[in-house]
Amino acid sequence: MEGNLPPRQLPYVNEMNEHFWSGSSDGRLRILRCAACGTWIHPYAGRCPKCRSADIAPQPVSGHAKVVGFTVNHQPWVPGVPTPYVVAIVELEEQSNIRLMTNLPRIAIEDVQVGMKVKVYFEQHGDIRLPLFEAA
Amino acid sequence: MRYAEKEMCVSGIGQSAIYRKPTEWPFKLALDACEEAIADAGLRPEDIDGASCWPSGEVGQSTGFASASIADVAASLGLKLNWHSAGDMAAQLSPIVNAVGAIAAGMCNHVLCWRAMGERWTPSYGVAAQKMMAGRAAIPVEGFREFLAPYYAPSAAIWFACHASTHMTRYGITREQMAAIPITLRRHAGLNPKAIYREPLTMDEYMNGRMVCTPFTIYDCDVPCDGATAVIVSRLDVARDLRQKPVIIEALGCGEYDRMDTWLGRSDYPHMAMHDAAKMMWSRTDLKPKDIDTGHIYDGFTFLTMSWLEALGICGEGESGAFIEGGQRIALDGDLPLNTNGGQLSEGRMHGLSHLYEAVLQLRGQAGARQVTHKTPKVSVVGNGGGSLGGAALLRTE
Repeated sequence: MEGNLPPRQLPYVNEMNEHFWSGSSDGRLRILRCAACGTWIHPYAGRCPKCRSADIAPQPVSGHAKVVGFTVNHQPWVPGVPTPYVVAIVELEEQSNIRLMTNLPRIAIEDVQVGMKVKVYFEQHGDIRLPLFEAA
Repeated sequence: MRYAEKEMCVSGIGQSAIYRKPTEWPFKLALDACEEAIADAGLRPEDIDGASCWPSGEVGQSTGFASASIADVAASLGLKLNWHSAGDMAAQLSPIVNAVGAIAAGMCNHVLCWRAMGERWTPSYGVAAQKMMAGRAAIPVEGFREFLAPYYAPSAAIWFACHASTHMTRYGITREQMAAIPITLRRHAGLNPKAIYREPLTMDEYMNGRMVCTPFTIYDCDVPCDGATAVIVSRLDVARDLRQKPVIIEALGCGEYDRMDTWLGRSDYPHMAMHDAAKMMWSRTDLKPKDIDTGHIYDGFTFLTMSWLEALGICGEGESGAFIEGGQRIALDGDLPLNTNGGQLSEGRMHGLSHLYEAVLQLRGQAGARQVTHKTPKVSVVGNGGGSLGGAALLRTE
């Protein structure tokens, strides 16, 4: 899927999500974290669901994750997007319930496995830097 | 503790014709179902004092994913409503949960609930929807789809395929095991004149079916259709004199205990809201999973049905593959006859309320050629929804 990329449907960036979609200009993925108890929170919540603190701010994460589930999609849902392609769910190493949907275009389809270790990189779309993952 | 649903019942049911190709105006199908349910109960439109559906279309919207708004149905049938709601909370069982709350509060006595699909008239799935998907690329995505859609993942098929991959890998569940659901349901559909697909499905056809997104072939995904289902929820004490024997609502579940804003953020992923709904339902009854005579469980995708079987405690965590394997247990003459109408995988994507309709038919003994006869169904379970939506209902004869 690299090269001439067909259009992706991109997120509407606002105060609640800009750290995630646009906050990685230094190459580091950012996730909200509770300063009081250290719980990572994604997507946005106004209080920490664990300790109810309002002291929540984006912090960089390592970008290391593991694949917990994936599908090889064959259906041509979006015209111009070549099939098959992989859609995966990855779990960040910082906290198991911080999961992201993503694509793994740099990994051959037949090599994708549940449990494999991956690391983040970004695909630039204007102000948005879309987190994708590759083999770690 | 008093649980209000036990003082409520399903007093009437109705269902329109079901079409795979655009044939009749979907809004007309909704009215057909509603009128049939009112007549089935032995009521008149004047007796209906509450209305609920989910999701409700916009006023004037008569095709597509929600093809009959409360306002338009009320206008067409001349309803005088003390109460109405299009609120969600229990997936496709939301109207039932909301109706029980409203009746318990003394707002109304007879609530007309419906689900009207017009997806063939105005498609939102498949190749016919490609233009729409392409058009969407230019529009920023918001809401829970914000973290899904940018990854060329516009469909729930992809989202649930990921859940399925996690679960099936963890417990060694195979596609051959999963095949028992579409194959068995297709056999049931053969006895249902309304079902869209009635020809037998073989293991070979299933295994070689066109792949949509692994592990789902086209046979693991439900069949978009036009059609509508309606049910009437009534106060038991005013329903006893009506035309049909009431079907008691023994317990409802609509719990949401963990990150309901996302399909991925639960601490127990790939569990879903259905696990909370099932837990809540069992907390409101003395009945147990072994008491269930028939199962009517959401089958938008085969994996959802398997996940529901585990969530409801019908089998253990990770054991759904072994439970359904070969299909004997879930056949019409099995321990747990499942989706006896053929389900959404064969009858058509009636989106949940058809499962409640079928459960009521089985409990009344009115399911015709597909009536379960090796035992007399007394308790049926309905599970609806997937992802961050889930609703469960236990129904019984009086």
